[in-house]
Amino acid sequence: MAPPRPEPVQVVKQRRDAALNALVHGVPYIRFLGVQFDRRGDELTAIMPFAEKLIGNPLLPALHGGATAAFLEVTAIIGLSWSTLWEEIEKGALDAETLVGGNLPRLPKTIDFTVDYLRSGLPRDAYARAQINRSGRRYASVHVEAWQDNRGRPFAQATGHFLMPRRDD
Amino acid sequence: MSADKNKITKQFMQTLPHAQALGMRLGHLGEGTAEIEMEYDERFVGDPETGVIHGGAVSALMDTCCGAAAMSHPSSPGGTATIDLRIDYMRPATPGQKIRAHAECYHITRSVAFVRARAMDDDDARPVATATGTFTVEDK
Repeated sequence: MAPPRPEPVQVVKQRRDAALNALVHGVPYIRFLGVQFDRRGDELTAIMPFAEKLIGNPLLPALHGGATAAFLEVTAIIGLSWSTLWEEIEKGALDAETLVGGNLPRLPKTIDFTVDYLRSGLPRDAYARAQINRSGRRYASVHVEAWQDNRGRPFAQATGHFLMPRRDD
Repeated sequence: MSADKNKITKQFMQTLPHAQALGMRLGHLGEGTAEIEMEYDERFVGDPETGVIHGGAVSALMDTCCGAAAMSHPSSPGGTATIDLRIDYMRPATPGQKIRAHAECYHITRSVAFVRARAMDDDDARPVATATGTFTVEDK
């Protein structure tokens, strides 16, 4: 018997994007910061478009350290949650429709988060990517880097530990 | 801290757009200590199921409060930027309650201010989060 034909690309993309949107738009604070996610395959890039309310020191002006920390933490939590979701969606264990219907998975909880401020954040858009260094059943360790104009010159990086949501399997 | 510097620092803290956007209010500012509170707001929720405030908002509060403590130290010329900040989250803040941060600059050199802080909701006995950070010491 011939193997089943792969699904049309737009069906696959639509399912993945719908799942990601449901995950991101469910969190009020992500909307408050205006953070968006760009997806290429399973890789996510977080984008924080510049806004006046993200400014800390108005004399420089520079992004507030707190806005930078929040951006990094959002990137870590969504990245971590997405990596588990992705696997479940691809296996067919989780239906994107359920997510879109508001039935979202519990999010990982931050245990600790350490931010290194490498340069002052300019009044421009910022980007960030998370790298999951370990993800066990209970604990995860995630590293995040954020940059602005130049990918090779990050303006902040962070490492955090997270408590994973309990799963009933 | 001299009355003048205290006034200048207070005024400066009140002009930070991100702190304003989060509704932060500066309380007491001492000689290397600061208190800032942030009201509960549904826009800052990180977990829609429980209504608990996002860790990022708590980080912003801690960062602002630690920075204010560093600036208010008698040996500081009045300017600062965060070098690094670590936050430990002990427990979720109770939804509906404001969060109060208290920071203390416990050591300062010509270049670096060492600061620690804790954040509390209405239950004073159990901190929501603690933070330790280093800050630059610089002119305004």
